[in-house]
Amino acid sequence: MKLDGKKLGTLLIIAVCAAYPYLTGQSGYYMTLFVTTCVFAMAAMALNLLTGYGGQISVGHAGFLMAGGYTVGLLGKAGFPLWIALPAAGVVAALFSLIIGLAAVRLTGHFLAVTTLGFGLSVPLIALKWESLTNGYSGIAVLRPDMLSSDLNMFYFVLLVTILTAWILSNIVKSGMGRAFVAIRESEVAAQASGIPVAFYKTVMFAISAFFTGIAGGINALWIGFISPSDYSIVHSLFLLAIIVVGGLASIPGAIIGAVIYSVIPHFTDSFIGITNMVIGVAVILIIFYRSEGLVSIFRGVRLGGAKTARLEAEGTPPKLGGVGKHDQV
Amino acid sequence: MMQVIVSGLIVGCVYGLAALGLVLIYKTTDVINFAHGEIGMVSTYVSFFLLSAAGLHYGLSFFLALIFSALLGMLIYLVVMKRVQQAPHLHQMVVTLALFLILNGAAGFIWGHHPTDYPEAIKGAPLKIGGVYVTPHEIFVACLTLILMGAFFVLFRYTRIGLAMQAASQDGTAARLMGIKVTQVNMMSWMIGAVLGAVAGVLTAPLVLLSLNMMMTILIMAFAAAVLGGFVSLVGAVVGGLIIGVFENLISFYIAPELKLVYTFALIVLMLYIRPQGILGGGKKAVKKV
Repeated sequence: MKLDGKKLGTLLIIAVCAAYPYLTGQSGYYMTLFVTTCVFAMAAMALNLLTGYGGQISVGHAGFLMAGGYTVGLLGKAGFPLWIALPAAGVVAALFSLIIGLAAVRLTGHFLAVTTLGFGLSVPLIALKWESLTNGYSGIAVLRPDMLSSDLNMFYFVLLVTILTAWILSNIVKSGMGRAFVAIRESEVAAQASGIPVAFYKTVMFAISAFFTGIAGGINALWIGFISPSDYSIVHSLFLLAIIVVGGLASIPGAIIGAVIYSVIPHFTDSFIGITNMVIGVAVILIIFYRSEGLVSIFRGVRLGGAKTARLEAEGTPPKLGGVGKHDQV
Repeated sequence: MMQVIVSGLIVGCVYGLAALGLVLIYKTTDVINFAHGEIGMVSTYVSFFLLSAAGLHYGLSFFLALIFSALLGMLIYLVVMKRVQQAPHLHQMVVTLALFLILNGAAGFIWGHHPTDYPEAIKGAPLKIGGVYVTPHEIFVACLTLILMGAFFVLFRYTRIGLAMQAASQDGTAARLMGIKVTQVNMMSWMIGAVLGAVAGVLTAPLVLLSLNMMMTILIMAFAAAVLGGFVSLVGAVVGGLIIGVFENLISFYIAPELKLVYTFALIVLMLYIRPQGILGGGKKAVKKV
């Protein structure tokens, strides 16, 4: 395997992550901080596929997190092993996404945002009301399989799933399908004219994004050992959007950077709940003002030379996001 | 049944007012304001502070809160929104989401996280009018809504600033060329939008409790109302608000109060399938199909 700077960097980051439990003395607090980061990184990467690359905005991604969490919890309770339950979490979330995806085919921009907002608000309410299945307000316990019962094993499992997700998503983005997503973002009309089945790809985009978000939700439920309707609110959906804008739209590393920052800010401001939201809000606004391509653009400028920059720019252009516009002037 | 519909109409008035603010801002500045509800919430807290801590009269504190909200709207426009006027829509939307977080966080920091009671405008036992019970507060809500809508209509149709707003919303560039100060117009619509949100907040606070999340439902219902009205029609927003109010009350009464949001969401999706331009919007501007 040829080792260039980028691969080396990735390996180094993975190595640091793998050593993390030992660096922090396996303290429960720091492990949870890390796992939360991973969960949000996964969900943010998935959302970035949809919003950053595909130009379809979703203000309801926390709904998929919740769907995934409940799926893992319920299947675990019914005695299914984890290797069925966790993928099932993704599949269930993807099925949920078809509800929105079907609407998304017809909607653009703001209307899609409102629809997804409604979805994100509805999922916790349904979970609350459907007591026979979800045990209502009190939520359900989520059991880990024996192999993952220790936090350390679970930690490595989470890390593995996160890396897998990042790997799969970054490959999807580079594939023909990923290019089709970008084409749809830039101009639906042009994409259609180039023979891209826009409706089909939009639905697929939603399904893939929801799948990985569902898995992230499942992971989080497994780590906490519990899922209830109050776990994810609409604010989490907003945070996810903030993460990808702060980190960088249409960038997998950007989503990860954003998730790290999002998780680290509460670590310093935790004593005041209100302050956390304010700091994140102000950070988002400042970044949109002064570095609208996201924090990842800092690294891009430094590390990459000539040809590579051109390639990166081609695949992750500073998002104009035609698709998010109210109506493209075509 | 009649009772349910009448209460629905009252709630619908509040949704209509909030939706009106949303649509106004959307029409003139092309931004969907997710912080709309939070502006209303903060203003409601301000009025509550004036009412309880400063001991002012209800009317006076209401009025001062509205002035506060207008200033807040102006501040938000001048400091934040003006700078992202030309930015991609996603960025604008995320900025309003960030404002949502800031306002929510600030309010939580200043006033705490515990819901409190908020007094009604006019206290008193429910009156029986034509077989339907209505509280004086509800009558107040309905009257105020009618007055505001009337004032709004006059402003939009007959005053210079109103006409300038219409022009700016139809074509910003052309309006600028005609010598209309688009920045000023945008600022005005943010101010008026914020005031409408504040009115919605102060009127709802007695019905629910005064809390940080009190406007969340109002916001989504206002969105629903706006979508129902096609998102560009001011009349549509109000009519949409009334329909949503009644629909929501019927759901609460006959099915389950917790699920009203879910059904309303289903209604929006259905609506967007069947008639994406809204009930009154006939325009091609609303949703572009490819």
